Amino acid sequence: MKPRTTARHFRESFKSLGRNAWMTFASVSAVTVTLLLVGVFVLIMMNLNKVADDLERDVEIKVFVSLTADEAATESLETAINGMPGVLSVDFSTKEEELQDLITDYGDELSLYKQSNPLYDVFYVKAENPQQTASVAKGIAALEGIEDVKYGEGKIEKLFSFLNLSRNVGLVLILALLFTAMFLISNTIRITIVARRHEIEIMKLVGATNWFVRIPFILEGMWLGVLGAIIPIALVTMLYYNVTEYAQPRLNDELIQLLDFTPFIYQVNGLILLMGVFIGVWGSFMSIRKFLKV
Amino acid sequence: MIQFENIYKKYPNGIVALNGVNIEIKQGEFVYVVGPSGAGKSTFIKMIYREEQPTDGKITVNGLSLGKLKRKRVPYLRRQIGVVFQDFKLLPRLTVYENIAFALEVIEESPAAIRQRVMDVLDLVGLRHKAKMLPAELSGGEQQRVAIARSIVNVPKVVIADEPTGNLDPETSWDIMNLFEQINARGTTIIMATHNKEVVNTIRHRVIAIEDGLIVRDAAGGDYGYEA
Repeated sequence: MKPRTTARHFRESFKSLGRNAWMTFASVSAVTVTLLLVGVFVLIMMNLNKVADDLERDVEIKVFVSLTADEAATESLETAINGMPGVLSVDFSTKEEELQDLITDYGDELSLYKQSNPLYDVFYVKAENPQQTASVAKGIAALEGIEDVKYGEGKIEKLFSFLNLSRNVGLVLILALLFTAMFLISNTIRITIVARRHEIEIMKLVGATNWFVRIPFILEGMWLGVLGAIIPIALVTMLYYNVTEYAQPRLNDELIQLLDFTPFIYQVNGLILLMGVFIGVWGSFMSIRKFLKV
Repeated sequence: MIQFENIYKKYPNGIVALNGVNIEIKQGEFVYVVGPSGAGKSTFIKMIYREEQPTDGKITVNGLSLGKLKRKRVPYLRRQIGVVFQDFKLLPRLTVYENIAFALEVIEESPAAIRQRVMDVLDLVGLRHKAKMLPAELSGGEQQRVAIARSIVNVPKVVIADEPTGNLDPETSWDIMNLFEQINARGTTIIMATHNKEVVNTIRHRVIAIEDGLIVRDAAGGDYGYEA
């Protein structure tokens, strides 16, 4: 395509936006609303996901070493657990250290137990994939010299299935919103095309190629998407800035953390813009198809 | 240059528009296509620029076999064919000049060449002084002249006209026919579907009569042959 023709396509696409000002306004509003919803949703979803990851990462297996195991046996147990598939990390804690932790948590009365410590030496094991905690725990329990294995059985399964469900529901909702926006844009473009079908017919009769006819409309769809992305990007940025400003100091040192403002907001805004462009281009591409069969 | 071999056309609704048409039209000919409404004239004409495709048979235009022509190549076929309609089909928002230039912009001509060509054809149709007007400001005859100018601006080998005088008064019709005569005199093939008995019987050319999807008459210098 010649540069002159490219310039023409751009000019035509802008002209059409102005000529169909009300339709432009209508579809830009539709895109704005949709992208705003999608943007806020993505903010919530990604942070929920982060929380879920944080929670999952906190899941660990507590392995009680049998009292009969001596130092050598304990060491070989550690190597054995480390060597098991799916194990991320193993931390050893002697029964003296365990007691010290309890004393810090519950008070000095417990110091009495220092004479005869009833606790066990313990391994804290994390699974590479938290969702596989249960099977890793089972594997460890089968080893020689293990008294018991605890990992919050029952509770973590519920947590995991809840987190997975909420991820899937969020994804479905986002897809549904995108689909609606695409439908709205393609309808808008269809109306501007119907208004210009005479022009398209003549273009085809004087020998314009399909792409020559199509490109201005596709550009127009792209502008609709870009224009529709402006307000959502601004609002989502402001919203998340305020949320992080408010929440970050209050969540200091907590297990659960929000995603940091800076790289995350660029990603979200990039996503919003991309989705705007995508639904605009796809919407016009779909609606012009049948008008090209002259 | 245009050849129809055993052309058969059945529309999806079951109507048979053409039922075995054989015809050959040579470069530089002027041909009237006549016949009652619904006889297949429009289908015949539309097949030349491949707006319709035959159900069966072989069409050759300018050495191109249309049956084998890929969809992507259709625009290049149409650049060799000018088309004029009864209702002119001008773009109402564009000036006379822009309407004609449109046909060249679409095929990515250079602006200098466009200006030159458009002015040439405006001279030919005698509307140079109205180049900046909108179609709505012109009379019917003038609008049709603009449409003709647009159809010949990219120097096609053949001009197809579907009832070009159908919406015009008799006097204007003669002006338009004069224009087609001039274009034909420069070597361009003209194929014209018409109901205008006066014109066909006065300006004598080859007449092809289509009835019920068949060519019932093909006579050089023939007459209209129907009661108007």
